[in-house]
Amino acid sequence: MHSREKMYSDVMMAGFGGQGILLIGNLLAEAALLEEYEVTYLPSYGVEMRGGTANCTVVISDTEIGSPQVSAPEVMLVMSQAAAERFEPNVKPNGLLIANSTLVEVGKFSRKDLEMVCLPFNKIATEMGNSRFANMVALGAYLGKRPLVKLESIGQVLKENLTGKKAEFIPMNMKAIEKGIELVSKSGG
Amino acid sequence: MKKLIKGNDAIAMAAIEAGCRFYYGYPITPQNDIPEYLAREFPKIGGTFLQAESEIGAINMILGSAAAGKRAMISSSGPGISLMQEGISYMSGSEIPAVIVNIQRSGPGLGGISPSQGDYFQATRGGGHGDYRTPVFAPSSVQEMYDLTFLAFDVADEYRNPVVVLADGMLGQMKEPLDLRHPPQRELPEKTWALTGCAGRKPQLLKSLYLGHRELDKHCWDLWKKYQRIISREIRFEEVETKDADLVVVAFGSAARISKTAVKDARKEGLKVGLFRPISLWPYPEQRLEELAKTAKAFLVVELNTGQMVEDVKMSVGKDKPIHFYGRPPGADALPMPIEILDQIREVYP
Repeated sequence: MHSREKMYSDVMMAGFGGQGILLIGNLLAEAALLEEYEVTYLPSYGVEMRGGTANCTVVISDTEIGSPQVSAPEVMLVMSQAAAERFEPNVKPNGLLIANSTLVEVGKFSRKDLEMVCLPFNKIATEMGNSRFANMVALGAYLGKRPLVKLESIGQVLKENLTGKKAEFIPMNMKAIEKGIELVSKSGG
Repeated sequence: MKKLIKGNDAIAMAAIEAGCRFYYGYPITPQNDIPEYLAREFPKIGGTFLQAESEIGAINMILGSAAAGKRAMISSSGPGISLMQEGISYMSGSEIPAVIVNIQRSGPGLGGISPSQGDYFQATRGGGHGDYRTPVFAPSSVQEMYDLTFLAFDVADEYRNPVVVLADGMLGQMKEPLDLRHPPQRELPEKTWALTGCAGRKPQLLKSLYLGHRELDKHCWDLWKKYQRIISREIRFEEVETKDADLVVVAFGSAARISKTAVKDARKEGLKVGLFRPISLWPYPEQRLEELAKTAKAFLVVELNTGQMVEDVKMSVGKDKPIHFYGRPPGADALPMPIEILDQIREVYP
């Protein structure tokens, strides 16, 4: 199936309900499956609601995955201040922290070992026409840094999920993701 | 082709693939995806979905459909399963096959909705009254949520007995690639006992009341013989690197899934650690554990409760080898991390 080298990667995405965190986690997981990786998607599950916390963990590997629950994720994406405060300590040493600087006070981060990508995802999405695509810009930033799955695979998954009238949102979603990828490439890491 | 599927949905899909067309239930978190899925899909394929007035009503409805020889399933979570115990006991006594799914939440009482393994005793010891047993299968992945539910229908029909699928909120909510495969075909006995209307044949009776002279003890011993057959043929387990293991971690379901990573990490540190995962919780794979006790120096039982399966491990292993226990009863964010189990492994490693 794959001629790839042994691969294992995990990411935790966190924010508040309504930000579309679980949606981008799903999207990534489905794209990984499309590329025939093993994958687990574990959402936080509790007495959650709009405005409450929401997070998910995605593990992608080319061999059997043990725990879907990850002690210290190598990549952490935080979309809100609460998520940033709660999960910054959890990131794996020398890991990658991607933060939504529209809502996160990036000056408050204390870890020195992490690679930081701080971008105003809401602001960028608003400038593109709709702040609701902030999650897609964030997913793009993640994909720019960790190109595990192809952009075409993400597009394919969007096509399968957004059918009928919803199909009109596919180009905007893709544009938002591409914008995220472009921004992290420009910053040079 | 595999699809990314949620554990609860995988159970509903297995029911459909296995030919189940009767589902009754009453809503409770964290298993609501199962009735939601079947409420949507059953009408398209001529199935019957009915939300009962209570769990007591629902279990007696599946008793009815199953008595008529149809494949029937019910799902709930701990508190609802408690209410169903009378019906499960009656079905066991009347030898009526059906599948009962428990997506455990935390208890006792209403408890909470976070993943738990607190219903191990209830499932394996027959939470209802009387001298009966129910096979219990404990999946540890989305694929197994599907495979073991499918298997549960076959086992139920083969032995004319209710079968329990025991999972939890983590397995119910997580998504993984799922293959909609069928298990190897079993030769299942014809349901000649089914109550299908007695036109042209003698009336039949399914009952659990035996008042005649020496009737009930014979019935109980007949059931016992059947349970012995199940014990000899339906034990299932998985082993990971147990062959040379000095320490064997014993865990089922989601605790086993998290432990798997801890065991792999321990191996990387040079510790000889293996994982023993019972898949059938009744019948329990006690013989294999007894064998492992000859080579292993110690055991570590990991459960999402304060210690239930550990009693079965103690019975299997005996008193010669130390049996450590790491329990994580549920609460918000209380699923153990692999690193926490690894810490326990390091601490008790012989």
